[in-house]
Amino acid sequence: MAEFRLPPNSRIRTGITHKAPDGAREVRTLRIYRFEPSSGENPRVDTFELDLAECGPMVLDALIRIKDSVDASLTFRRSCREGICGSCAMNIDGVNRLACTTSLQDLGREIRIYPLPHMPVVKDLVPDLTQFYAQYASVKPWLMTDTPAPPDGERLQSKEEQEKIDRPAACILCACCSTACPSYWWNSERYLGPAALLAAYRWIIDSRDEATGERLDALEDPFKLYRCHTIMNCTDVCPKDLNPAKAIAEIKKMLVQRQS
Amino acid sequence: MSLRSPLGQALGRGAAKDGVHHWLMQRMTAVALVPLAIWLVVSLLSLPALDYATVSAWLRQDWTAVLLILSVLTAAWHSQLGVRVVIEDYVGSRGLRTVLLALVTYLHVLAAAAGVFAVLKVALGGAA
Repeated sequence: MAEFRLPPNSRIRTGITHKAPDGAREVRTLRIYRFEPSSGENPRVDTFELDLAECGPMVLDALIRIKDSVDASLTFRRSCREGICGSCAMNIDGVNRLACTTSLQDLGREIRIYPLPHMPVVKDLVPDLTQFYAQYASVKPWLMTDTPAPPDGERLQSKEEQEKIDRPAACILCACCSTACPSYWWNSERYLGPAALLAAYRWIIDSRDEATGERLDALEDPFKLYRCHTIMNCTDVCPKDLNPAKAIAEIKKMLVQRQS
Repeated sequence: MSLRSPLGQALGRGAAKDGVHHWLMQRMTAVALVPLAIWLVVSLLSLPALDYATVSAWLRQDWTAVLLILSVLTAAWHSQLGVRVVIEDYVGSRGLRTVLLALVTYLHVLAAAAGVFAVLKVALGGAA
């Protein structure tokens, strides 16, 4: 449901400032959301002045630099540092993106870093994605067939059939899209969100899958699917340049087409 | 506090098997409203005057009355579909949502009935 103010225990206080070391050449100011659940305190925004000359080119490099040499308690997820694992998705300067593929040079002198919006926060920049993953699982993201696989090889697809799923299958489940969607903010417990719907679409149009009808049946719902009002934030923010908004529109189109 | 599994929560009560008709009608009424709205505005602007006698004479023409009744019904239907979505989006409490959805539907039917009656009254009511 729409909320216009954060609950009292989520309101943000001003935090600690860590000054740049003397002789710093290229200083950037990072304002980073901090939350420590065991402290019982409200979240705060800490300020870190960082010398860019001493760290790598990406936002993730800056975070690692801070964790290594300024404040070891700063908590965030990261793994591949090359935009394929989706772990380091966060809200950087108001936009959901991957810290590892966002260049510090493309941002201003002051950079605001928050966890993905409207999700429960585990600690600092780590959101709780339990519901997000459960929604992904709920669309049954695996091949469902009655025809047994050929005994002597894989299930074949034509080149055109493969091309249809090529892009949708490139989703890395970073959750940038779903957490950028106002419909998902207001109704995330019932609306599946762009990421899960893109995954559903990827299996609906898979030429090898034989559960297309069941998959469409499972989405025919005012909340699961039709909370999408084509706001297109999902497509705007996708760090892999995918198009969840179009996938959702295609699902809606297929549901109408199968009626006449 | 619930110990239901995350997947159980995500699946909820399953799909309502509904929503396609709502979605399609919202678009079909929107498309229908484009020519109806253009016709209404152009017709009104092309009247020689906008005084009571001229407009009520215009309203008593057969096609004017028919198209105006269609406009009233289509606009009311389209509005009901739209307001329903707004309530579903923003009203979280199930009880309040159910009451509001019912209320809004009744109000739109009332508005449509009143609109149609008003057109008929002028169109069939004889000389003013």
